[in-house]
Amino acid sequence: MRRALPIVALLLAGCSGVQTMTEGAGFGSRQFNSLMLLFLIVTGISFALVLIFLLLALWRRRSEPGEARVRSWLIAWIAFIVIGLILLTGASFLSDRREATAAADQQPLKVTVSASQWWWGIEYQNDDPSRIIHTANELHLPVGRPVQLKLNSGDVIHSLWIPALAGKQDLIPGRDNDIRILPTRIGRYRAQCAEFCGLQHAHMAFDVTVESPQAFAAWYAAQLQPAPEPATPLAKAGHDWFMSHACSNCHAIGGTDANGRTGPDLTHLASRRTIAAGTLQMSRGNLMGWIENPQGVKPGARMPTVGMSADELHAVASYLETLK
Amino acid sequence: MTEPDPRAELRDGPELMGDALDARLSETWGDKPGLIGWLRTVDHKRVANRYIVTALVFLALGGVLALLMRLQLAQPESGLISADRYNQIFSMHGTTMMFLFAVPVMEAFGVYLVPLMVGTRAIAFPRLNAFSYWLYLFGGIMIWVAFLLDIGPEAGWFSYVPLSGPQFSAGKRTDFWAQMITFTEVAALAVAVELVGTIIKQRAPGMRLDRIPLFVWSILVTAFMVIFSMPAVTLASSMLISDRLVATQFFNATEGGSALLWQHLFWFFGHPEVYIIFLPGLGFISAITETFCKRPVFAYPLMVAALVTTGLLAFGLWVHHMFATGLPRLGYAFYTAASMAIALPSGVQIFCWIATMWDSRPRLEVPMWWVIGFIITFVIGGLTGVMIASVPLDLELHDTYFIVAHFHYTLIGGGVFPLLGALTYWFPKMTGRMLGNRLGKISFLFTFGGFHLTFMTMHFTGLMGMPRRVYTYPAGMGWDMLNLISTIGAFVLALGVLIFVLNIVLSLRGGAIAGDNPWGAASLEWATHSPPRPYNFAHIPAVTSNTPLWEETLPCFSGLRVEERELLLTTAVEAEPDIREPSPKPSVWPLVAALATTLLFIWSIFSPWAVVWGSIPAAIALILWFWPKDPAEPGKEPVIE
Repeated sequence: MRRALPIVALLLAGCSGVQTMTEGAGFGSRQFNSLMLLFLIVTGISFALVLIFLLLALWRRRSEPGEARVRSWLIAWIAFIVIGLILLTGASFLSDRREATAAADQQPLKVTVSASQWWWGIEYQNDDPSRIIHTANELHLPVGRPVQLKLNSGDVIHSLWIPALAGKQDLIPGRDNDIRILPTRIGRYRAQCAEFCGLQHAHMAFDVTVESPQAFAAWYAAQLQPAPEPATPLAKAGHDWFMSHACSNCHAIGGTDANGRTGPDLTHLASRRTIAAGTLQMSRGNLMGWIENPQGVKPGARMPTVGMSADELHAVASYLETLK
Repeated sequence: MTEPDPRAELRDGPELMGDALDARLSETWGDKPGLIGWLRTVDHKRVANRYIVTALVFLALGGVLALLMRLQLAQPESGLISADRYNQIFSMHGTTMMFLFAVPVMEAFGVYLVPLMVGTRAIAFPRLNAFSYWLYLFGGIMIWVAFLLDIGPEAGWFSYVPLSGPQFSAGKRTDFWAQMITFTEVAALAVAVELVGTIIKQRAPGMRLDRIPLFVWSILVTAFMVIFSMPAVTLASSMLISDRLVATQFFNATEGGSALLWQHLFWFFGHPEVYIIFLPGLGFISAITETFCKRPVFAYPLMVAALVTTGLLAFGLWVHHMFATGLPRLGYAFYTAASMAIALPSGVQIFCWIATMWDSRPRLEVPMWWVIGFIITFVIGGLTGVMIASVPLDLELHDTYFIVAHFHYTLIGGGVFPLLGALTYWFPKMTGRMLGNRLGKISFLFTFGGFHLTFMTMHFTGLMGMPRRVYTYPAGMGWDMLNLISTIGAFVLALGVLIFVLNIVLSLRGGAIAGDNPWGAASLEWATHSPPRPYNFAHIPAVTSNTPLWEETLPCFSGLRVEERELLLTTAVEAEPDIREPSPKPSVWPLVAALATTLLFIWSIFSPWAVVWGSIPAAIALILWFWPKDPAEPGKEPVIE
């Protein structure tokens, strides 16, 4: 299973990344794989024993009475269960401890994740306030360095789950949760909210990119930059429309007047793989479809339909496409 | 000779037996014909039949919802059902199956069988029993009408706050859900009390604790679990209602409440709830195995100990539903260990059933097919349960289709398969006719095959990262084919259940006439007529072993009054004859009280004043229900014949 499943997943999974928990791309997922293997062996033996006993009981020759023999088997069976359970409980406990202390000596990257219905706000923390960056629905992580994700929720309970890297942790209003993840393999992965959070729970995913420390540093540096000035007249028109209409109430674009925080930060929107919390691939067509009618793509989404003409839509999409 | 005393009591005994006794008892215990008699009945068998039929209707409705979900998920990005409707559908599926089908149907079998199995004439508190049925029926109708009017629950059968709170679930949808909880909890608690009373005090003389049939043991443990676990969810749902209706802040974190409080209370009930559903299933398995192996179940004391242990451990597991909530991590180890420990009593029981078959010549009639199907399925569900008891495994598997697969293996494997076996097994007792053999086998094969096709597949869907409770999913995740297979399997499963229903319909009219004891079983219910007379037993049987009907003779007690409803109470442990106790007559007041309570409950969805004004009609109904009757003359002691 450990080998077969990821291969199937790789064959089938689209460009948005793998969401298989046996992927083993993080310390947690690797622990999961080895622990699961142990559990499969022990439970598999138990199941086989039950089946064999059942088949023998149904088809054995009834020449000799069986009661005395069965009594000694019962004791053996109880001993097997007790030993098996102690083994599995112990292994589970040790695995949990190992995960809790993995790479404890390394300084973790600190990221705050704020979940809302139905998107993820991401904030990379830094002691230097000018080096804090905001993004949404994407997480870039350097391989081999632990990340400490601080989890909070602005509305209902959500659950952060990057199956290929590690197990899940809930984001609960009024509670400070956190989870420590150690990515161990470069790749693109998909993560999805795992706690039912209302109407669009199904469309609350985000993209995870595990990359080399150099690539991560480059990405980080790019994210620190403010949004570029619109270069073409069309993009300029889009920028002006964005700033003078409802968009800028909720969205922030670094380096402009738009600084709303109720919706996702759009400063480097065009550099992301997906939009609308993993709902659509990033493309001009999808971007226009989403802006024109969010309720058609994701009924119930908090983003309202803002009345705009075809030209205005065209212009705004052109502007957003420059936000690399 | 003196003149016969006009106040002399008529009793069963040597001078009154056979047809004359039957006529007398039928008059005393029977219901009047017609609608009035139907509405007034307190006969545990009639009430239980209603309970069972109603619960099976809810099973069918819940099943239709399951098929709708499977249709939606058969392909990615399906537009068949909207997000809003889908969320209501999965909430109603869980709510219906847990609260309106599984728990009631198991209690209903207890209500039908326990008085017969312990050898008494009626259930304890028969009017309360009628009341509980009406309340359950009205609560079920209420939630389904609400659902069909598009005000069904939308926050899942678990209704986590704050999603189910006033801010994020506006309108009345969640209020209907919370009030449905109140209805079904009151009904379930009432039945639990009756069953405990019947089992503790009304057993036939000689049925010591170590001679109680294993099914009755399983019902006793279940009833105690209901009594200890249900108040938690009743409390939680009441707090939710008051948060929503009168702006209390129990679950609002910004006002000092706690979102996790709901989860603790809900799962303190919710985990025992699962065992409440499958412990009676284990009881069915024991009864069927004993009969078709023609020997008592292997290691009876161990079986009883296993049931009791499971019942106790069930209350120490609830946190394993909350491993991802960020509670102190070291504390989880306790719940992991406790959750895994459940495998021990379960494993021992599985062993004992197979050992029973080993040490006998089992007859492979249809009920035994279900037993074998149960063993295979339930063991798989138990073993995946061991996996998710482990924190590192659960943190990945939690809230994925792996969990959906796991609990359907335990609930369908551990609850529904035994139930279908039990229906086949006790059908002749309940209706007087045998359930058709051929269709029985065909329906087993379809149900069993369809089940595994549906849910075995879901283990893999889950491992590949598909979360639960999503109304749709993107293409290209590797889930498409797996979901399609599950959908096909679900329809095969539904076909199997449909054939089962068809079999019932055909057999009700054309099934072979069953004698009193068609399977040659050992427990007391098979000593009655098929179907049993309203009074169950003409003479109260006396029990001298675990398998009374396999003894040479079945001795009996006489001396109970026949012109009044009278029961023989026995001592709790040794079941020695203790006192004679009158049993209530039919009454329409339980129905009226249930209607008044229904008014109060539904009204209080809309106004807190319902609790004040709505209690007046309920109080009147209860006063009339309990209006004192002439105290019966204390009679002579019963005599052993």
